[in-house]
Amino acid sequence: MTSARDDATTPVEPLIDAHAHFYHAAAGRADWAEVNAARFRAGDRIGITYHVASVLGSYGFSSPTYFPSPKDITVGNDAMLDVCAREPDRVRMFVTVNPNYTDHALAEIARCVRRGAIGIKLLASRRAGDPLLDPIGDAAAEAGLPILHHIWQHRRREWPSQEISDGADLARLAERHPSVTFILAHIGGGGDYMHTFPAIVDCPNICPDISGSGVDRGMLDAALDVLGPSRLLWGCDLTMETGLAKLRALEVIGLSDDDLSAIRWRNAARVFPANSFPRCTVAIGAASNQQATTTGRR
Amino acid sequence: MIDVNALIGPYPFRFVPHPDPDVLIQVLDREEVSAAWVGHLPSAFYRDPTLGNRELFARLGPHRDRLRPVPTIRPDWPRWQNALRDAANAGAPAIRLYPPQWQIGPHDSGIRELALAAGEQGMAVLLTVRFEDLRQRHAMDSAGDLSAAAIRALARAGDSVRLIVTAAGRDMIEEVHWGLTAVEQRRVHWDISWIWGPPEDHLAKLFRTIGPERFVFGTQWPLRLTQTPRANLDLLPDDLRGVSLADPGAMFSA
Repeated sequence: MTSARDDATTPVEPLIDAHAHFYHAAAGRADWAEVNAARFRAGDRIGITYHVASVLGSYGFSSPTYFPSPKDITVGNDAMLDVCAREPDRVRMFVTVNPNYTDHALAEIARCVRRGAIGIKLLASRRAGDPLLDPIGDAAAEAGLPILHHIWQHRRREWPSQEISDGADLARLAERHPSVTFILAHIGGGGDYMHTFPAIVDCPNICPDISGSGVDRGMLDAALDVLGPSRLLWGCDLTMETGLAKLRALEVIGLSDDDLSAIRWRNAARVFPANSFPRCTVAIGAASNQQATTTGRR
Repeated sequence: MIDVNALIGPYPFRFVPHPDPDVLIQVLDREEVSAAWVGHLPSAFYRDPTLGNRELFARLGPHRDRLRPVPTIRPDWPRWQNALRDAANAGAPAIRLYPPQWQIGPHDSGIRELALAAGEQGMAVLLTVRFEDLRQRHAMDSAGDLSAAAIRALARAGDSVRLIVTAAGRDMIEEVHWGLTAVEQRRVHWDISWIWGPPEDHLAKLFRTIGPERFVFGTQWPLRLTQTPRANLDLLPDDLRGVSLADPGAMFSA
C-alpha cells in the first residue's frame, strides 16, 4: 500500500461528508438498516468524522423521491432526527423540505432546527430560480443555515421524475440570497460538470460538493481551476467508494496541505453553523501532534 | 494486479488529460498495479481501426513489458482475419469490439465468428458497456450502451469464446449471469470499474452471489479515476476483505 492510501484510511485530520443519506423503515426497502450500517462501516474505514445527512421522504415508496409529500417529509425528517439522536458524535442533519408547501416547509425547518438540524435539503420539487424558494432562502438566512440543493449538471431538457435545476438555475436563487451559502449537490452526480463551474463562478455563496458516482479524470482539476479549493466540499452521496477515490486523487493532485484540509473539512466547518462539528476541533489538535511525527508521509 | 481496462489516446466528446503511455506507466507505479491491457480510445470511433491499431502497437512498444496491446477489430471489415493474426503476433491478450458504436446488433453472425476465432487463438474479447454516464453524453454520442442481450449472445456462441465485459453495473451483470448456463457463465468475466460499493454494496453482493473469481481489476483510465476500483475493494465488508479476483495474466497469456 502506498502512503497516499494509508493517509486516506488512517486519517490524520477530520473529514466531513457533506452529502450523505440514511434510510428508514417506511422507505420501502427491507434492507434499509443494512444500508445505514454499511454507511457507518465504510465511513469508519475512510475516516469520516461526521456524516451530514438527509432522508428524502419515503424514497419513492409512498410519494416520489424528488416530489415528497408533506407527510412523507415529516416521517423522513423524524427518522433523520432519530439517527442523529442515536449517533450524536458522528451524524448531523439536513432538514428536507418541499418548497411547494411553504407553511409545512417553514414549520419543518423550525421544528428540526430546534432539535439540531444544521442545514436545509432541497430536492427537485421546484426549479431553483422559482420565487417559491425565496421563503426557504429567507428562513435559511435567519437561522444561519446552508442549503444543499439537488442539481443536474447542465440541464438541457426536462427529465422525468424531477423538476431539475442546474448551476445556472441555482445561481439565480443564490444571487437573491447573498447571505446564504448554497451547497451545489454532487458535481459527479450526473450531467456536464464543465457547464456548472463557469455558471457559478461569480456566485461566491455557492459551494459545490464533489460527491456522486461520476469519477471522470479532469473533473476535480477543472473544479479547482475555476472555483479554487476554498469552495469545494468533500462528500460521498450514494457511492462511498467514489468518495474515497476522489479523496485519494486529491492527495496526489498537487494540493497544499492547507487546501486539502479545506476540502476535507474546513470549508464545511465554515459553511455550517459555528460549533456544528465539535470533534473536528478536538481531532485537529491531535492531528497536529501526529503530523509532527509523520513528516514526509505524503 | 493487472488493469484490463486502460486506454490511450483522446476521446472525441470531452477533453481527457494526458492520455499517454508514459503517464499511464507513472499511474501504474503510483497505484501499485503491475501491468495494463491497453486499447486505443479513438479507434472505437474510427470507421477503420487499422491505423489506430498501428499507432497503438507503436506507442506501446517502449513499454511492452507492462503495457499489453488490445487492438480493435471490426467483424464487418474486409479481411479482419489478418487483423486478428496481427494481434496474435503482437502478443495481444485480447481484442476490443464495440458493437454499439458500429451499430452491430446482438445476433450478428460476424461478431460471433470473430469472437470464436479470437478465443481459438487464446485471446479474450473485451467489450465496453459505456464510456460515460448516460446523463452527461454529448448530443452526438448516440450509440447507447452495450446491451445485455449482446453479451449473452456472444457468451453462447461457442466454447472457445472468452469475454471480458468492462464498465457494467450490477443490474446488467446479474441479468447476463443468470441468463446463462453454468458452462456459459464461465466464459464471461467482468471488470469492477463501474460497480457501486457501499452503502449499497453492489460489489459485495456480486462477490457473494456470483463469486469473485468472475471479476477482474479494471479502471477505464484515462476516462475515470484510477483510484476507484481499489477504493471499492478497500471498502468491502470484513468477510470479503482481501478476496482474490481472477488473474487475467494467467488466463490469457498470448
